[in-house]
Amino acid sequence: MTQPLSYLKESPSQTAGPYVHIGCTPNFTGIEIYGGDLGTSMKTGPVKGTEITVTGAVFDGMGSVLKDAMIEVWQADAAGLYPSPKETRGVADPNFTGWGRSPGDMETGEFHFETVKPGQVPWPDGRLQAPHITAWVVARGINIGLHTRIYFEDEAEANAVDPILTRIEHQSRVTTLLARKIGDRAYRFDIHLQGPDETVFFDI
Amino acid sequence: MSNGYHVRDRGWQPPGLYPPYKTTIKRSPHAALLSFPTSISEETGPAFGHNILGKLDNDLILNYARPGEEAIGPRIMVHGKVLDENGRGVPGALVEVWQANAGGRYRHKKESYLAALDPNFGGCGRVITDADGHYEFRTIHPGAYPWPNGMNDWRPAHIHFSIFGEAFAQRLITQMYFEGDPLIWRCPILGAVSNPEAIKTLIAPLDMNRTVPMDALAYKFDIVLRGARQSFFENRQEGV
Ligand SMILES: [Fe+2]
Repeated sequence: MTQPLSYLKESPSQTAGPYVHIGCTPNFTGIEIYGGDLGTSMKTGPVKGTEITVTGAVFDGMGSVLKDAMIEVWQADAAGLYPSPKETRGVADPNFTGWGRSPGDMETGEFHFETVKPGQVPWPDGRLQAPHITAWVVARGINIGLHTRIYFEDEAEANAVDPILTRIEHQSRVTTLLARKIGDRAYRFDIHLQGPDETVFFDI
Repeated sequence: MSNGYHVRDRGWQPPGLYPPYKTTIKRSPHAALLSFPTSISEETGPAFGHNILGKLDNDLILNYARPGEEAIGPRIMVHGKVLDENGRGVPGALVEVWQANAGGRYRHKKESYLAALDPNFGGCGRVITDADGHYEFRTIHPGAYPWPNGMNDWRPAHIHFSIFGEAFAQRLITQMYFEGDPLIWRCPILGAVSNPEAIKTLIAPLDMNRTVPMDALAYKFDIVLRGARQSFFENRQEGV
């Protein structure tokens, strides 16, 4: 016999279900409350850096767009600082929240974020990671939220040495993590839950 | 900065694919998830101040009701603690909840269950944990409802929870169930959790100590988020 290890177990995840928007973006569903939905805007004033948009949609294994998903993003500001109490390297842009939440468009399912191009942040060993946005997807039929990252196709140099992108066994799948440039300061990032273009999801 | 987070126990968590819950079949990734140690991108996360909260945000009986009116249904208090796997209370955690009304009907335009809407019930609430990780809200006991999956599947009464910890790596959505509900062990969504001990951690017991006499019953629901790794060593080794 040994002493017991007294760690608790993480609560099991359960699907967000078809009505996640009632809880997380109620105003989007027509329930007027809280003075507005959290995460609708990532800016509280003029922000530093390059302002960009990221648009996309989530596709199932049949190629259909999900219309009941919720996407959340979390990212550093233009200088590579997180607007988090745990950020110790400096003070992030006070007008940038770093966090966005999108219920997707009612008709098209498209999510849309107006944000800034993130700066580079360090990997635990000190190397710099390529600019990226952390993304999290939940929906009916997804038992546990899916983590992934949005990188940028026009950051080829940084992407080529990124600690995560270089770790992907099948390098042809790296493109599933690259946002395509579709216009001046506009990017497109589609998320595929299955199929030949299945997005690389993370167990972080 | 922390030293990373405990690895998620994927045997305790539900798998992406669980065919009895049919929608998972076309919505679960086929490829293995890519594992890597957390970095600052996952070890940080948004913080929400208590100043975002309105007075009635955690009172679902009143927060959508017309002045002088109340939501219909068995009145309950739901309280508990948000902890991490190290047993430490998580302060400042935003907890968002949503649920069906007492008849099992959601206020949503895609909802087609014939049970009646309650004009005084919106079905959402939110609260931020106190310095010790405690939270509490007041609501009505939600009804069970049928859903299109098998020919005759019913969801046990439940409340959906979305929880932010201190880090994006801790982000969690789950559901709370009620002690004694015979539908729990028939549910294909809960069935995706293979370990009955894990299912039990999602079932809130009746808590007579927290009832409001002549007013509301009470249920206690603790939520555990991933724990940060503890280390005496300042320089973390990259374990490739
Ligand atoms: Fe539900």
